[in-house]
Amino acid sequence: MQVTGTVLTTRRVDAYHALTVVAPGIAERYRPGHFVSVAVGGAYTSMVTRRAFSIHDVKSDYGGTVELVFTAGGPGTAWLAERRARDTLDLVGPLGRPFPLPRDPAHCVLVGAEYGSAVLFPLADALLARGCRVDFVLGAAGAERVFGAMRARRLAETTTLTTEDGSLGVRGKVTDALPAVIADTRADVVYACAPMETLRAVTAVAMEFDIPVQVAVEESMACGIGVCMTCVLPIIGDDGVTRMVRACVEGSVFRGEQVRFEDVGTIPFDALGAPGGGVRHVS
Amino acid sequence: MSVDMRTFLAHVELANPITTAAGCASSGRELAQFFDLHRLGALTTRSITMAPRAGRPTPRMAETPSGMLNAVGLQGPGIDAFLERELPWLAQRGIRTIVSIGGGTVAEYSELARRLADAPGVTALEVNLSCPNMEDRGRVFAREGSAAAEVIASVRSIMRYDVPVVAKLAPDVADIVSVARACVDSGADALSMINNPLGMAIDTEALRPSLAAVTGGLSGPAILPLAVRCVWQVHAALPGVPLIGIGGVMSGRDAFQLVLAGACVVGVGTALFHDPYACLRVERELEDLLRARGFQRLADAVGLAHRPPGSAHRHLLVDSEESTP
Ligand SMILES: Cc1cc2nc3c(=O)[nH]c(=O)nc-3n(C[C@H](O)[C@H](O)[C@H](O)COP(=O)(O)OP(=O)(O)OC[C@H]3O[C@@H](n4cnc5c(N)ncnc54)[C@H](O)[C@@H]3O)c2cc1C
Ligand SMILES: Cc1cc2nc3c(=O)[nH]c(=O)nc-3n(C[C@H](O)[C@H](O)[C@H](O)COP(=O)(O)O)c2cc1C
Ligand code: FES
Repeated sequence: MQVTGTVLTTRRVDAYHALTVVAPGIAERYRPGHFVSVAVGGAYTSMVTRRAFSIHDVKSDYGGTVELVFTAGGPGTAWLAERRARDTLDLVGPLGRPFPLPRDPAHCVLVGAEYGSAVLFPLADALLARGCRVDFVLGAAGAERVFGAMRARRLAETTTLTTEDGSLGVRGKVTDALPAVIADTRADVVYACAPMETLRAVTAVAMEFDIPVQVAVEESMACGIGVCMTCVLPIIGDDGVTRMVRACVEGSVFRGEQVRFEDVGTIPFDALGAPGGGVRHVS
Repeated sequence: MSVDMRTFLAHVELANPITTAAGCASSGRELAQFFDLHRLGALTTRSITMAPRAGRPTPRMAETPSGMLNAVGLQGPGIDAFLERELPWLAQRGIRTIVSIGGGTVAEYSELARRLADAPGVTALEVNLSCPNMEDRGRVFAREGSAAAEVIASVRSIMRYDVPVVAKLAPDVADIVSVARACVDSGADALSMINNPLGMAIDTEALRPSLAAVTGGLSGPAILPLAVRCVWQVHAALPGVPLIGIGGVMSGRDAFQLVLAGACVVGVGTALFHDPYACLRVERELEDLLRARGFQRLADAVGLAHRPPGSAHRHLLVDSEESTP
C-alpha cells in the first residue's frame, strides 16, 4: 500500500542516517525482512524511480512507525538525508517476501555487513520471541560502518564483530568469523543480509556445515512491486529449473542455495527462456 | 458536472482513455493489489512472445535525468503460459485487455495472432514493432515501413474482424508518418506511439556502460515532447486514425497534451513505477482539466490543438450557444 508518512525523527547512527516515519498501514502489516520504497526529490522530482530500503524497526507509537537506516550516496539518498521532522515522505510497502521463521526453537546465526545489519534486528526480536537462540556476526570496512553493535550485544547470546581494517573486533570479513560461530553455537540456521559477494561466501559456509541459509539480496529496482522486470537474478526452483526471478516480489529473501551467485548479472545458458538454448520450450 | 470520458479505439468503446503502457504493468495482477483494474480504460499487457524468454542480463535499469533506461529484453513466460494463466485471469474478471505481442519474424507474429484469435478476453491486439527482425540482420521492424506493413497485414488477416489491431511505432525513425501510413494501408485499425527511443548512460565510477546490454530504451518525462511531436505529426497526416499516445505521461496535464495533439487513448508507463496509482490519478486530473476548460466530452478535445490559428475554441462556442436564451 502507499502511505504519505510524516517524518517523526532523524538521527545519525555512526556513519548512517536513520529516519523514523509515521506510516500506520505499513507498520501494521510488517514482518521482518520486508522493505519499503520511497519516492525521492519532492513533487517535481526528476528522479522517476523509487529507492528501496529495508525496514529496521517498527513501533506502535502514533498508530505505527517504521525506521529506515541508510548511507547517503547518490542524489536520492542525499535528498533523504536532508529530511527533517514533520516533512512528509511517500512510501510504498511493506514489500517483498519476509524471512521465514523456524517452527521450533532453533539456534540462529544472523550475519550482516554494513547497513545490511539493519534488517536483522526485528528478525532477532521475532526469533527470540519464539524461544530461539540468536548470535550475531556483524562487519564492515571500518569501525564507524559497523551498524548496531550495541543493540546486538544486548539481544544476542554472543556478538562477533569484524572490520577489514581491524579497527574493531576481528580483522577480516564476516565470513572469516562465521565458521567458528556456527561451530561454537551449534547453529541450525543462518540468516544474512549483505552485498552479493558476501552472501555468496556466507552461503558457501552454511552449505559446508549443511545447514539452511536465508539471504536477503539487493538488486537494482525500478518499481519494487513486480511490474518492471528489472530486478531479476537467476534462481533455481524446486523443480530444478533456473528462472530469472524478480527480487522485489519473489525475494528479496531467498534460500541461499537457490541463488546462482556466480551467474548474477548474466543469463545462464540453461535458464528457462535463455537465448538459443536450455529448456527453452518447456512450458 | 462530470465530463464524458468515453473514447473509441477503432470501434471498441473504452470507459475512459487511460491504459497502462506495454511492459509497465506486467499482466495486471500486481497492480490489482493497489486498485480495481476495472477503473482503467484498458490494461495493456507486456509484449507476449512465442517461447518463454529470460530477457537481458542485469543491470537492466539506469535512472537518467527525468527518465530511465531499460533493457529488459521482453522477459516473459511465452504464449502458452499467457493463455493458460494470465489472460484467463483478466478475462474472468472482465478487464478490458489490450494484448501486446512481440516477435522476431513475420511468421512468429502471425503465429501469435493465430493463438490469440480465438482466445476470449482480447479487447485489442497491439503489435510491438520495436523488435529486431531476425530476417533483416536484426533491424527493428518499426524502422522500416515495408517490414512493419508486412507484419501488420499478416496479423490483420488472422485476427477476428471485431478485434482492432494496433501498430506500435518507435520514435527514432527518419519519418514516422511514412511508417504510420504503411501500417494503416496494410490494415492497422489504430496506432500507438511512442515506444522507447534508444539511449545510453555511462557509469562514471565503473567507467563502463551502466546497462549490461550497453544501450536501452529511454522512458519517462524526458520523452514527453518526443511523444507529443510524433502524435502531432501522425494525427496531422492521418486525422481519421485513432491514436494511443504514450511517452512520459506523469500527470493529467501531460495526458492532455497528447490528447490535444491527437490521441484518443493515453498510455501510462514509467509513472507506474513511481506511483502505482498513476493511471487513476492521471485520469482524474485529465477530467478536472477538461471540466475547468468547459469541455463536456473528452472526444471534443482530441486533436484540438490542430485547429487553425485564430479559430475559436469549439467547446466554448457550444457553451455560449447554450447559455444564450
Ligand atoms: C531490497 C533492498 C533493500 C535495501 N535496503 C537498504 C537499506 O536498508 N539501507 C541502504 O542504505 N540502502 C538500502 N538499499 C540500497 C538502496 O536502495 C540504494 O542505496 C539507493 O537506491 C541508492 O539511491 P541513490 O539515489 O543514492 O543512488 P543512485 O545511484 O543515484 O540511484 C540510481 C538508481 O539506482 C538504484 N540503485 C542504486 N544503488 C542501488 C542499490 N545498491 N540497490 C538497489 N538499487 C540501487 C536506485 O534505486 C535508483 O533507481 C536497499 C536496496 C534494496 C533493493
Ligand atoms: C521497463 C519497461 C518495459 C517495457 N516493455 C515493453 C514491452 O514489452 N512492449 C512494448 O511495446 N513496450 C514496452 N515498453 C515501452 C512502453 O510501453 C512505453 O512505450 C514507453 O516506456 C514510453 O512510455 P513511458 O514514458 O510512460 O514509460 C517498456 C518500457 C519500460 C520502461
Ligand atoms: S523492481 Fe520492478 S519488478 Fe522488481
